[in-house]
Formats: sequence, C-alpha cells, structure tokens
Amino acid sequence: MSTQALRRRRLDDIEGVELNPVRASSNRAFQVLAALAVIAAAVLRLAGVNLALAAVGSYLAFVVLVHLVYRVRNGGRVAADKTAKAVLYGTFIVAIVPLVSLLGTVIASGGATAVNPDYLLTSMRGVTGVHDRATVEEGAPLIGGAYHAIIGTLIITGLAALISVPIGLFTAVFLVEYRSKGRLATAIRFLVDVMTGIPSIVAGLFAFALWAVLFGVGTKNGFSGAVALSVLMIPTVVRSAEEMLRIVPNELREAALALGVPKWRTIVRVVLPTAASGLAAGVTLAIARVVGETAPLLVAVGVTQGINVNPGDGPMNTLAVYAYNLFKYPRNPGYPDPSLDRAWAAAFLLILVVVLLNLSARLIARFFAPKTTG
Amino acid sequence: MAADSLGGHRGRPYPSPSITEGPMSTDSTSADAVTLGSEGPLRGATTQAGGPAEPPSGESRATVSGGRARRRLGDTIFKGLSISSALLILVILAGVAIFLINRAWPVFGAAPEEISGGQGFFSYVWPLVVGTVIASVIAMVLAAPVAVGIALFISHYSPKRLSAALGFVIDLLAAVPSVIYGMWGWTVLAPLMVPSFVWLSENLGFLPFFETASRTGRTLLTASIVLAVMILPIITSVSREVFLQTPRLQEEAALALGATKWEMIRTVVWPFGKPGVIGGTMLGLGRALGETMAVAIILSVGGFSWNIINAGNSTIPSEIALNFPEASGIRLAELVAAGLVLFVITFVVNVVARYIVNRRAEFSGAN
Repeated sequence: MSTQALRRRRLDDIEGVELNPVRASSNRAFQVLAALAVIAAAVLRLAGVNLALAAVGSYLAFVVLVHLVYRVRNGGRVAADKTAKAVLYGTFIVAIVPLVSLLGTVIASGGATAVNPDYLLTSMRGVTGVHDRATVEEGAPLIGGAYHAIIGTLIITGLAALISVPIGLFTAVFLVEYRSKGRLATAIRFLVDVMTGIPSIVAGLFAFALWAVLFGVGTKNGFSGAVALSVLMIPTVVRSAEEMLRIVPNELREAALALGVPKWRTIVRVVLPTAASGLAAGVTLAIARVVGETAPLLVAVGVTQGINVNPGDGPMNTLAVYAYNLFKYPRNPGYPDPSLDRAWAAAFLLILVVVLLNLSARLIARFFAPKTTG
Repeated sequence: MAADSLGGHRGRPYPSPSITEGPMSTDSTSADAVTLGSEGPLRGATTQAGGPAEPPSGESRATVSGGRARRRLGDTIFKGLSISSALLILVILAGVAIFLINRAWPVFGAAPEEISGGQGFFSYVWPLVVGTVIASVIAMVLAAPVAVGIALFISHYSPKRLSAALGFVIDLLAAVPSVIYGMWGWTVLAPLMVPSFVWLSENLGFLPFFETASRTGRTLLTASIVLAVMILPIITSVSREVFLQTPRLQEEAALALGATKWEMIRTVVWPFGKPGVIGGTMLGLGRALGETMAVAIILSVGGFSWNIINAGNSTIPSEIALNFPEASGIRLAELVAAGLVLFVITFVVNVVARYIVNRRAEFSGAN
C-alpha cells in the first residue's frame, strides 16, 4: 500500500524537489490577476451590468491577461502553461455555477413549504383548482401536500432495493469469487456496464410491458415501478460491490479456506463482512440514484392523488412524479403558483434525500472502513 | 465514496483466489513481489480447501470428513445462487428487448393510416429520432470540453484535499434528479437564454438553425444545455480515471526533460487518455439520448424543424413521457415501439463506448 501511495504522489509534491526550471516562474501574477478578475466582475455587477455578462467578460479578460503577462515575462511556453491553467480553473467554475444556481433555486422556492407539517402530512385527495384560487386570491392556507408521494417513494424505492441488492450482491460474488476471468464473467461484466446506460424510460416501458403480459394491459402498480427501478439499480450495485469485494485481501480468504471453512461460509463470514462498509456505501449511492427517477414511474406506476400503501394494488405517487405533474400541469392553470410551490417543495425534499444519502455513503465508507492491510 | 473508490485500487494488489495466473500488474513492484512470494505455497491450500467447489478434484482428495456433505450442499446452493443472479442479468437485458417487441408488435402490422401522422411508423418516428440525436449531440459537444477540463483539473492541477471536494460536487451534479434539472431549466435557464437567442437570430439569422428566436426560451438549445450539465459528471469521471492511469514514469520523464506541466499533459497524458475520453464522451451521449424529464419539461414540443432557438422538435423519451399516460391501443404500441428504437440506439452507442473504454482499463460509470 505504501508503494501504491508513493506511486500516486506527484513528483512535484515531494518536498525539496525542484523539477522544472521553466516553472520557476512565480504564480503570483496568476493569483493577482485572478483576484483582479473577481473584483472587476463585482464592480461591473454593481455598475449594473448583467451578472453573467460581467462574469464571462472578466474571466475572458483574465485569461488573455494571464497569457500576455507571462508571455512578456517568461516567454511563450510558460504563457501556454499558465493559460491552460486559467482555462482549466474556468471549466471548473462552469460546473459549479449550475449546481449552485440549482440548489439555490430549489431551496428558495421549496424550502419554506417543505418544512410545513401540513404539507408533509396531507395528500392531494380532493384538492382542486378552487382551493388554489382561494389560496392566491383570498390568502387561504395552502391545501394539499406530498404525504402520499413520500409514502410512495419510500415503498417503491424500498422494494426496488429489496430486489436489486441480493441480485447485485450475488452477481458481484459470482464475478469476484467464482469466475473472475472466465468468458461468462467477462460477458456479464460488459453487459452490466452496458446496462448502466439503459434509458430510464425504457426501463419503465419494460416494466409496463412485463406487467401487461403477466397481468393484462394497463396494470399499473407499485411493484411494477420497483421492477423498473431495479433494472436501473442492479448494474450500479453490481459494479460497486464488485469493486469492494475485489479489495478484500486474499490472505483473509486463504486463512479461512486453510482452516477448512467451506467456500460459501468464507464468503458469508469473512469476505462480505470485511467489505461491508463499502457495500453499504455502494447500495446507498445506488438508492440515491433511483430515488429521484421520474420517467419509469410515470410509465409503470401511474399517478394517484390519494394515499396508497399497497404496492400490489393500483397506482401510487412518488415525489419526483408528484413534482413533475404539478409543475407541468398545475391544478389550476389560471393560478399555477400553489401547484408550483408544492412541486418545488417536493424537489426540495428530493434534493435533501439525495444529498443526505450521498453524504451518508461517504461517511459509511470512511468511518466503517476495515483495515485491508496488515 | 464514489470518487475515492474509483481511483483507489487500480493496481489490484490482491488477485482473487480463482485467478490461475500470478499478479498480472505489468509494473510489478516490490509489494507485488511480496504477494507473489506468499502466493505460491498458499495457493496449494486454496485448491485443496476449495476442492468441494469443483467436485471432480474434491472427490479424490482426502479432507477432514466432518461436514463434507453439508459443506458441499451449502457450496452448491450458494454457487447456484451466484450463477443464477449473474444469468438473471442476461435474462433481464433480453427481457427488455423481448417484452418491448411484444408490446410494440401491433405497430408493425398496422396500416399506415392508423399510425399518428398517417404515413406509417417510420415517418412518425424519424423526426423524433433526428430531434433526439440533435439535442444529444449538442449536449455532448458542449459538455465534452468542459468535462475534460474538469477531469484534468482534478487529476493534475488541484491540491489533493480540493480534489476530494470537487469529486463530491461532481457526484452531486450526477445525483440531482432529472425532474429537478427540468424545473430549473424551465424557471431559471430558459428566461436567461432569451437575450442570447434574440442576439443569435439577429446576427446569425441567415443560418437555418437561428431563424427566429423564442420569447420563452423553451427551445431545443436550452434543453441541450441542461442535458450538457447532466452528462458532465459521467464524462468527467471516466476521463479522470484514464488521466489518473497515465504511467507516472512517463509523466516524470516529460517533466525531467524540461516540459512545462501543460506540455507534459499534451505530450503524455492526452495521448494516453484520448481513447478513454472518447469512450466517456460516447457514454455521455448515451445518457443524453435517453434523458427524459428535462426535455419533457423544458421543451415546448412541436413538429420537426432545423431551428434550435424556437419552439418545436421533440425527442423520443419526452414524446413517450408526455403521451404515455393517456395513450391506449395502437397509440400505446406506437410509443412502446418508439421506446424500442431508443433502446436499440442507446444500446449500440453504449456497446461501442464500453468497448472503447474497456480496452483501456476496468472501470465504469456505475460507481
């Protein structure tokens, strides 16, 4: 592991190694210019220029200036180096901007409604455009919430996890413990990778078609949605579990086998517990990936306004589908605001769930990680 | 964790028991050599104890007799479960194709007049295919350079601590549900785009793509930009992986010859990583092709047109999502058939992409 770590380090990280005389050119001009660019953008914004325009303008000026300054001071090669650095920093900002904007919008538009207990604990049964009109015109309280959608999300995602986790784990066990090199394993690994790319709506159509064949055309229920989500979830579980099982030290397996422990018990009692934290983290991420799926559920589960806790009986609602429906088709098209409020609140809850799942996956992986080396 | 696990153990220090060859890292180091050394005597033990998993050799071998029968039963069951799960994946993939064909079948036997548009299935689905491809290609073209930049930034520029944080940001970008991207695109991005659309139509209006500008911003180009943001993470993570796999010695050799960091990236990292980047970009294309909700929410759909800054066009997934809830009979079969077309397209794109990516190394976008 230590040689691995050493190999991962960049040579220029190592103290006292001065690799490249050309790079002796200081970074200070770069930093000063970056600071100036930020200030310029702020000043332009205050002067009333469109924020996007101000940011893009000062960034472009920054790149050009970096290039010119270093070209004059250190010549063309260093200038190219620094320009590339400036551009790469820029690409990163490009990725952050939409994320920040999106999170900001969701929190600002949905945060207040989402923490309202009425919203969390009522369904949309019986809520009509009349109520929404009253809310807007007479200031009546917002009626109708996402209780049914929250329940539906929990049930359908839970079922999907119940289906996918065993299948995914066993497949990973097959790939790592039984056939890590065979032709079948190679084929399955490849197809699992391809399966990650199945469009979610196709998964929904698959579940719909399967149910149509099994139970008659138009049968829509929670189980069907769980099957659709499983198609999307299994490959994620397989790949992360495979990766986790693979880093379990072979010495552990050999020690167990040498003691005469049957192979399956070695896997169940030694290999899986050793990889448990990684497996849990992988499953958590897989859940996070499907919890916000809309298209397959729209197709396979349908929509309902009331509470339905039986996944075997009729349509259910989920947060994502709920948000989509209210956003796209407001309850009262003349007074869309209450519907939009509800949709954004559902979006807020979804983001909250997804972020929490992602965070907990990281924490599980970090704090419950076993020692894999001596 | 996705970010860490991706980069964590490329070298595969521990070969799994059933691998018959030794540790196969080409750049064998002392650590590998130690593993190799301890591997020899232990492998004998592995085969012996693992005997029951392979009945023929297990039969002839004398082992502790205590729990043999039970042991073999447990092993058989467990192995059977593993194999059947693995095979189930093949069954599911085949099932997707079979059941879609089953449901779409009426379309292929129907008279042309029965299909929406009245001219047969092909002329119904063709504009949708073109719309899907245009939106996805624009998204890919927009996203790929940015994603490669971010990947390089994470792999070669940012400090280690920052890299982890950036990995988390990218993971979050991947984790945001598509319906929320759609709502964001409709509410925030579309109005923002209107001035640029007006500018485009005023200055580049002679091109068929920019003829007249939309007043709402709910156009194919806006949808493509949102798609670009959505496929950024997959292209980034695949590219970052290949960049991290660049042989360290070659990088150091370039630096030692006096190359600047950028020259090193251009001469060593980029040639090494190019196939992976291409594969990752195609994976991104596959994701964009199948992305539903963002397009369904943002785009005000209409018939096919080359103009990408006005209402019009549609994509297969959004066509399905928008019409499926009310569809029945032949219309239903039509939508399923459109889904089948989408499945075939994305399957081909993904197979090619995976082939390119896997030739280089072992990883996927799934983790």
